[in-house]
Parts: sequence; structure tokens; C-alpha cells
Amino acid sequence: MGGLVIPTARPGPPLWLLAELTYRCPLHCAFCYNPVDFARTSADDELDTEAWLRVLNEARAQGSVQCGFSGGEPLVRDDLEVLVAEAHRLGYYTNLLTSGVGLTEDRAEALKRAGLDHIQLSFQDTTRELNDFLSHTRTFDLKQKVAHTIKANGWPMVMNCVIHRLNIDHVDKIIEMAVALDAEYLELANSQYYSWALLNRDQLLPSREQIERAERITNEYRETLGDSVRIFFVVPDYYETRPKKCMNGWGNVFLTVTPDGTALPCHTARMLPGLTFPNVREMSVGEIWYESDGFNRYRGDGWMSDTCKRCPDKEKDLGGCRCQAFMLAGDAAAPDPVCDKSPAHRVVRDAVARAQLPGKVSSAPLIFRDPKTSRQIAP
Amino acid sequence: MTSHTPRLTPRFRMQWEEAQQAWVLLYPEGMVKLNTSAAEILKRCDGSRDVPALVADLENAFGASGLESDVRAFLEVARQQQWVAW
Repeated sequence: MGGLVIPTARPGPPLWLLAELTYRCPLHCAFCYNPVDFARTSADDELDTEAWLRVLNEARAQGSVQCGFSGGEPLVRDDLEVLVAEAHRLGYYTNLLTSGVGLTEDRAEALKRAGLDHIQLSFQDTTRELNDFLSHTRTFDLKQKVAHTIKANGWPMVMNCVIHRLNIDHVDKIIEMAVALDAEYLELANSQYYSWALLNRDQLLPSREQIERAERITNEYRETLGDSVRIFFVVPDYYETRPKKCMNGWGNVFLTVTPDGTALPCHTARMLPGLTFPNVREMSVGEIWYESDGFNRYRGDGWMSDTCKRCPDKEKDLGGCRCQAFMLAGDAAAPDPVCDKSPAHRVVRDAVARAQLPGKVSSAPLIFRDPKTSRQIAP
Repeated sequence: MTSHTPRLTPRFRMQWEEAQQAWVLLYPEGMVKLNTSAAEILKRCDGSRDVPALVADLENAFGASGLESDVRAFLEVARQQQWVAW
């Protein structure tokens, strides 16, 4: 596939480093954005502590300043505190993205001592957690305990809840839980349809009516609650007519390093065919960011289809998401099919039309993210 | 506002970023890149001086005068953004 693409202007630094420490996770979310074939990466394939320390140093030297520790569940790694301490020493703002499972008081204190700046606590496990939480049982107790620990250590409380067809009608309960847990920020993020969520799209995509109702309720709470909780509501892009400026531009701000050391411009880009992405074991972060084919491929507008090149909105959305173009139109350089100018927009329109049917759209069971299923789908 | 002493709120961290040649404010999963005048004002928001003292300090440092209304306008925005409190 094509040679090295030289973008016209030198890109800015990789300001955001997302360190996906592991794919191991105690949860089995049906909308997980980890690749469907994640089980091909075993614990033995993961970068060791020393390699991560080197990545943190190299990325910081290139100008990375926000560092997210993610996964899987990053607390599964027992060297998390060491990595956070180094990131803190280097001057990163350090974020931990966690389900809270494994965040004991001892670990929280150790992470605080290591200089961790922020924890985003997610509510993720679909049906079981939803049921638990609606009936105020096990999960609520865990989250309440973890939320208390987060507060006790002086961190801002940021809650993230992935929203979909099966829980969107309970958005009022979710907001009330955030209030009860004394959250400063609540992100009601509609599922995006990649990886596991794409497999389950018919079961997860809400109807327009559901979204409008949830937005209305959210706005009512915003008025009542004022500044005490900042609530963000993210609509699924399937309901838009122009695509999102994915990752704020390919290779523009975000650098993801996957558990095995593969460097990606976003956490799902590995699915794209005909592209090889560099590994931090073999290439420095500076070379990866500025010189690798994988990062240069979709910078600038040289790769764009005529539809995008001629579009007055091309600077606004940069043609949307390359992964979505590949998944839905079969061509990573095509316009994102969310765009109503895309020749493949019908795919999105059809999915949205199905979502308007009442009740269960698909009789197929939800496919939960777990290693066994991953191996079956992608042996 | 006269007797108030603005200080950066704990939710934000301000630091110099060599790669961007700029002062930035960092917060959960986000960053604000500051222009020079915003940075010079915020650097002085450490709770040790009130607004007139802050203005005097700036005017002295940059050999300027008549900065007060601009500084006050910026601080009002900064307070709305919850970067500073007093």
C-alpha cells in the first residue's frame, strides 16, 4: 500500500497519551471499545514496567502532557502506582480511567502518594450492573464505597456512564446516583458503535424518541442542579448528518499505546487494513509520531475522496472517522458514512430506522466482551 | 472585588510547557493553552495579593499603566470558568 505520505505542515505534539496498560478486565461490557480480537494479546504480551517507563519519558519529551491510564482495567496492573509516580514526576497531568473494581483504600492512598491527579469512575457493565444499581444493591454499594474513597483523597469526582438503548430510559436515576455520590462531573456518553458495540448495535442504538426524552430530562436536572454537577450529554453520531472530527484529527493530538506496545492514532485504528502501526519496542515515540506511515497516512487532505475534498465542512470534521468509514463503507479513505453526503450513508440511515421500532430490535442475545468470545470470533 | 485575593482553584494546575512554548491550565482530561497576558495574570493569583496589588505588580513588571479594567474583566471570566476563586 502507498508510500510515505508527507503532510504539508508538521503536526503539533502528541498532547494526549493514552496508555492502555492491559486488556484484562473483570467486566464484560457489551459496548467495550477494546478490539474484538483483544484475547490475542495475553498478559505475557503486555509491555513490562520498564518499557512503559520509557514510553512515558519519550512521550513527555515530545510534549505529551495529559496522560490517561486505561485498559481493560488498569488496576489489574500491580505496577500502576510506579507508572503514575513516574508520570507525575515528569510533569504529566495524570488520569486514571477505571471501573473502580480493585480500588481499595490502600491502593487509592498509594496512588494519591504517587501523585495521581484525577480518577474517572465508570459505570459500565450493562444489564447486571444496571439491575444492581436500579435495585440499589451490590454495584451501588461498590460505587458508593469507591466514590467515598475518591472524595476522601481529595480527587474531583468524575463519573462516566455509557448510555444505550437498554439504560437510556433510566437517565434520571443515573443523574440522581451521581448527585448522591457527590460527583462534580457526570458524562452521559452515548455508546459509539465500534468493536463490541458494533456487534451489538441493533440492541444498543436508542430510538430518536429515547434520546430526545433523555436530553430533555438531563436539561431539567441541569436547571435544578445548577453548577453543582456539570452534566455532559453526548448524542450518538448516527443521529447526526455531519460526522465528528474524530480524535480531533488523525495523528493530531492523540497517541494511544496498546497493551502490547502498538502505537495508534486512536484506540480502534488497528482494525484498518493495509496499514502497519509501529511498536514502541522498535521505534521511539518521536519517530512514531512524526515519521511513521501509520500516523502520516490520514493527516492533511491528500487522502480524501473528492466528496470530502470539495466539501466546505472538510476543515470542520476532516471527513469524520477513518474506522467508521472502513467498518461501514469498506474503505478507510471514504467519507464517514454518518455524513449524509456519503455514498454509504444508507447503512447509517437503515440502522437508525431499525432503532425506531418499538421494544427489542433484535432477538439475538447481547454479545458480552470476554476472552472466550473474543477467541471464538477472532481465533 | 477590591479587597479580594484571587487564587487558582485546586481543580486546575498551571505549568509551563516547553513543547508548546506556553503556559497551560491542566484539569481532568483537558487543557487550556494560555496567552501571555492571561498567564501573567494567573501566575499572580496565588491568594497573596488583592486585585489592586496584582495590577500594580503587573504594571511594574511590564512598565505599563491603566491595566486595571482589562485585568478585572479577565478575572471575571476566569472566575466563571472556575479557574480562580476569591
